[in-house]
Amino acid sequence: MSNSLFYFFAALTLLSAGAVVFLRNAVAAALSFFVSLCCTGVLFVMLDAYLLAFMLILVYAGAVVALFLFIIMLLDMQGGTRKPFTKASMVASAIAGALLLVGVGVFAKHSEFAATAATLPADSSFSTDLKVYGASLFTTYLLPVQVIGFLLLIAMLGVIVLSKRFDGAEDIQ
Amino acid sequence: MNVGLNEYILLSVLLFVIGFFGVLLRKNTLVIYMCLELMLIASTLALVAFSRFNGRMDGNVFVFFILTVAAAEVAVGLAIIVALFRKRLTVQVEELNSLKN
Repeated sequence: MSNSLFYFFAALTLLSAGAVVFLRNAVAAALSFFVSLCCTGVLFVMLDAYLLAFMLILVYAGAVVALFLFIIMLLDMQGGTRKPFTKASMVASAIAGALLLVGVGVFAKHSEFAATAATLPADSSFSTDLKVYGASLFTTYLLPVQVIGFLLLIAMLGVIVLSKRFDGAEDIQ
Repeated sequence: MNVGLNEYILLSVLLFVIGFFGVLLRKNTLVIYMCLELMLIASTLALVAFSRFNGRMDGNVFVFFILTVAAAEVAVGLAIIVALFRKRLTVQVEELNSLKN
């Protein structure tokens, strides 16, 4: 049962990711990105990462996709009739993607990775309770939490500066 | 046979390659950005799978950080795209070639 669920959602994830790449309309691409994110959320649930699945749906599928759709609407950049890519770039990108795939494959084949645990560990000490997250965020990962907080502040300031209109710059009026 | 680590990692690699392919292929900056996010999602999937199969929480906590950074990154990136559009009135990469020649 859980196997067929995995294969179903994995196929759906890959299909909608392919749709993001190949759909001509940017809004349709954003919506298939949304589907891909939701399927990844389901896969997270199957890996017992309930909080992360929830955050993925909330932050990505909620905020990020909405922001993308908003910007597409704002810039009126749906795509429409123009060709999204040429044949030459298609061939070049396919070769580059295949090279990446082969590189990762060779690395996986020749490293120790294949020998590590390929099935679920028997001991059930692994838990993804909220409590575990809180404990590790406020002990082991206390410094990263503060750095992330600072990063968010910097990002907020950066966005404010970027969206400000400067008089001296050669803006299109 | 149950679904193991290898299947998850294979899925993650395929997702990453699709994202990479899209970044190289597409010309609309917004779609390129979406493909970039797909690559990020692929790496988080790999991290969660490794974390689950090794029985340690560190990978999951790391994904927590990645999600935070990705949210900040999307906000800044889209602000840059909007600023670019205001200056050049296009977001198609083949028209943004003022560094050429």
